[in-house]
Amino acid sequence: MALIRKLTAAFAMLSIFFTGSLVQAIEYNMTEGVTEISQSAYDIHMLVIYVCTVIGILTFGAMFYSMWAHRRSAHPTPATFSHSTLVEIIWTTIPIIILIALAIPASITLIDMEDTSDADMTILVTGSQWKWHYKYLDGEQKDIEFFSALTTPREQFEEYNGPGATKNENYLLEVDNSLVIPVNKKVRFLFTSDDVIHSWWISDFALKQDAVPGFINDGWTNVPVTGTFRGQCTELCGKDHGFMPIVVEVKSEADFSNWVAEKKGEIAAAQAAAAAAAAKSWTMEDLMAKGKEVYEVRCAACHKSDGTGIPPVFPSLVGSPIAIGPIADHVNIVVHGKAGSAMQAFGAQLTDAEIAAVVTYERNAWGNDKGDLVQPGDIAASKN
Amino acid sequence: MTEQGQQNSKIVKRLLLLVVGMFGFGFAMVPLYDVLCEITGINGKTSNVAAVYSEDEKEKTEREITVQFVASIKRGMPWEFKPSVAKMNVVPGVVYKTSFYAHNLSNDNITGQAIPSVAPGLAALYFNKTECFCFNQQYLKGQEDVDMPLVFFIDKDIPDDVKTLTLSYSMFNITEQVKAPSSAAP
Amino acid sequence: MSAAIDSHDHDDHEHHGAPKGIKRWIYSTNHKDIGTMYLIFSFLMFLIGGLFALIVRAELFSPGLQFVQPELFNQFTTMHGLIMVFGAVMPATVGLANWMIPLMIGAPDMALPRMNNMSFWILPFAFTLLLSSFFLPGGAPNFGWTFYAPLSTTYGPPSTDFFILGVHLLGISSIMGAINVIVTVMNLRAPGMTYMKMPLFVWTWFITAFLLVMVMPILAGVVTMMLTDRHFGTAFFTAAGGGDPVLFQHVFWFFGHPEVYIMILPAFGIASTIIPTFSRKKLFGYSSMVYATASIALLSFVVWAHHMFTTGMPVFAELFFMYATVIISVPTGVKVFNWIATMWKGSITYETPMLYALAFVVLFTIGGFSGLMLAMAPVDMQYHDTYFVVAHFHYVLFPGAIFGSIAAVYYWMPKWCGRMYNEKLAAVQFWLSMIFVNLTFFPMHFSGLAGMPRRIPDYSLQFADFNMLSSIGAFGLGLTQLLFIYVLYDCYKRGKPVDAQVWDGAEGLEWTVPSPAPHHTFTVPPVIK
Repeated sequence: MALIRKLTAAFAMLSIFFTGSLVQAIEYNMTEGVTEISQSAYDIHMLVIYVCTVIGILTFGAMFYSMWAHRRSAHPTPATFSHSTLVEIIWTTIPIIILIALAIPASITLIDMEDTSDADMTILVTGSQWKWHYKYLDGEQKDIEFFSALTTPREQFEEYNGPGATKNENYLLEVDNSLVIPVNKKVRFLFTSDDVIHSWWISDFALKQDAVPGFINDGWTNVPVTGTFRGQCTELCGKDHGFMPIVVEVKSEADFSNWVAEKKGEIAAAQAAAAAAAAKSWTMEDLMAKGKEVYEVRCAACHKSDGTGIPPVFPSLVGSPIAIGPIADHVNIVVHGKAGSAMQAFGAQLTDAEIAAVVTYERNAWGNDKGDLVQPGDIAASKN
Repeated sequence: MTEQGQQNSKIVKRLLLLVVGMFGFGFAMVPLYDVLCEITGINGKTSNVAAVYSEDEKEKTEREITVQFVASIKRGMPWEFKPSVAKMNVVPGVVYKTSFYAHNLSNDNITGQAIPSVAPGLAALYFNKTECFCFNQQYLKGQEDVDMPLVFFIDKDIPDDVKTLTLSYSMFNITEQVKAPSSAAP
Repeated sequence: MSAAIDSHDHDDHEHHGAPKGIKRWIYSTNHKDIGTMYLIFSFLMFLIGGLFALIVRAELFSPGLQFVQPELFNQFTTMHGLIMVFGAVMPATVGLANWMIPLMIGAPDMALPRMNNMSFWILPFAFTLLLSSFFLPGGAPNFGWTFYAPLSTTYGPPSTDFFILGVHLLGISSIMGAINVIVTVMNLRAPGMTYMKMPLFVWTWFITAFLLVMVMPILAGVVTMMLTDRHFGTAFFTAAGGGDPVLFQHVFWFFGHPEVYIMILPAFGIASTIIPTFSRKKLFGYSSMVYATASIALLSFVVWAHHMFTTGMPVFAELFFMYATVIISVPTGVKVFNWIATMWKGSITYETPMLYALAFVVLFTIGGFSGLMLAMAPVDMQYHDTYFVVAHFHYVLFPGAIFGSIAAVYYWMPKWCGRMYNEKLAAVQFWLSMIFVNLTFFPMHFSGLAGMPRRIPDYSLQFADFNMLSSIGAFGLGLTQLLFIYVLYDCYKRGKPVDAQVWDGAEGLEWTVPSPAPHHTFTVPPVIK
């Protein structure tokens, strides 16, 4: 009897714990998201959980009961039955029926999820190691394109030599250029990749599709509320797989139009500034300073601040054939990247001045000391 | 060999045959996959042989499908590559012509291969190219540019729920591969 | 000394017992010795794989990168998976098969004893090759144990080729071992032991062996295709040459899904052996259990693309794979119900093997529930490549396959060494494992649902609490395995001697031979009633 009292007390405590945590269950559970599709996915998720809970209670209930009631001290003589065709049929048939019942709503939702027809706009999403690129393909926003990379500073996450800087609220989930879409419009996405397989996921939209190099996948969403939504790359893609988040801002139609105009202005201004910077003649001092700045932000992640890299995958630049060889080859690899490697084509990501500066820096830093000086004007020829 | 040994050998031989067979099946999955993709059009792969067009392809109704064209350059490919039009409204069964522009930005001679992909994947089955630059490798001398034609029609049997179809080309630099004696697999 | 070839005849062997010295092990053709070597090897690999997991969990203890660079982190997660799957779980089950199948069917040894020796000795070579890759330029494989192309082909480090060779070697080992099991079971059963009289452990291994023979060659094929893509100009998996990265996933998972059943089916057999013994009641529904195991094996061939729901497959394919996957839960459920029916109205005692077997049933079923959730394709879009998947497969692998093997070791150890382990200490080792395995892996369901992706060395702040719990649990779990070593050592050195029967409720031919089992048993086949 003491055992029964103990078990009851334990059960009571567990119940209180679970009830208490059910109140906070929202934190433990998957998001309902903000779209119809994400809500459907959540509903199926909960349905399966309920079904499994009931099955679990029945099954484990029987099992725990037997563990207690049929223990040797209480049940010294074991029964001798060892088969029953009827029972086997019953516990084969009932699960089949349950599964059919589950499969029906799941099939309906899946078919909905895959229906990308009648979209209001299309966006091309390209994954690469280790950032995303977005390009709007139609509408007033046509031809707006930009890269979207993590902005959380290294000081916040590199803690090899002691605690880093205080982590901000959107630690590892913040980018320089968010993807912006209008509310209440069906947005169709095309996914592809520049190198390895990546995967684009926003849990609030229940949209996840792999970005496969050389192929396009499609997906869609229609977001009924404005707001900011965050996601991450969900396919191992190399060392910074955990550092290429996704941020989507959903704006009202009016705000979206304003954003389009602003963005176009921004892009035009950046192009003008780049052209101006490229037009002038830079001193070695200025090139080295700018080059170091660009290098630290864009190149050091793989090639390291001291240029030694992580060979053989991320080659050392110290005395390397590229850094001390012909300038044209050096510029070419920075602008166009290298096929079959993680070396991206930075031509589309950096201005001519930035490229000239970083190439100059690499050719003169860490003892390379080539004395070479690359002007932004030299870069234009390689890009166009 | 003992009788037991002989009986064992029999089974071992059969199992080894199964092992070799499954190893072969693993490789057979490659062409099998290609065949299945072609038949069902899944995975968005279009055929790399020219389709044949006959007049009774013409569709009787006025249905229109929007075809979007997307072009992307892959890493290490110093070309500019873009569609001459971003999209076209087409009627199934009618032949259309468009082109893609490519410009070799470098001073080296480069060979490129354009790989097509269609979304939604199933629509690939109904997208027929009678002439496409993707059927061949594209060779451009340094600084050379070219307009590459694409002639296509959409099968009139394309399901009603396809209203938009996107054709994307990825242009890869295969200069190294065509130099080497063992070229890329088909 | 004299030549290695022993020219004694059978009678002399029985009198002399086992040969002495290192030659006994290197040249062994004895299923018991080879079984022991497999088990010791697998436990060593388990500790090494566990060490890698602890490095991963140490890094994930709190947000921020404290211990390892991301590229090294990827190497540890990859090698943890490879070592555990191919070095711990599989060899452990092969070791159990080697020890117990001949004893259970009344055979003097495996059908192909010399091939048996080779099957084992390939493994230390293969794993030395694989582990040495940490010291190569570019480090060890870093693309996940599932090594998707083109990350593993075009973008893989130089050690990828070592990895490919290693995989070929251990594939050969597995295939040879499986052939051995099949021939043994088909040809060497004692007279009177029909197929439907075989213990269920023999059945599950028999079926597992067919799975191995059929899918390990596919793995060999896919790594060969990787090799030619990397070095011989083929383009199986690259779009530029007309290939397709998604093709890799199809071929890999065609192997990969049956592979996970290869890992769990022997554990089903172990549960089906232990539960009847300690319930003192025959296994309920023997023939159903056989048919269920066979159905699971057959179905395992048609569900592979449920690992690929986000790759852009057309709807009809996703629907097919969803339906096929949920159907597998039917025969699996049948097995669980049969185990419970075995216990029902039995007379149950709770020695450590039984504790592990019961924990296996409960926790594997929980893993099965999360598997059912994952099978729902539209929701899988939210679960795929998150920690929810990690939680699912660790539940079916750790409290599943590994608890099964540990249960088997406790169960058969007295037969192997003639001594009983310390029951109190073993029970403590069980309860600690039970607590820590749940503390480690249950929170992963929640971090996955909250949106934490897999294979990341650092994470955003809302995942911190769950990760801390998992990391604490992992270290506890690791330490508990050291206790396991002590319990076994203590048993071997100081355990109370036991007689042949060991467990009063146990049935089967293995309990008719003395404990410890003599070096050669059943040289004269027993008669089965």
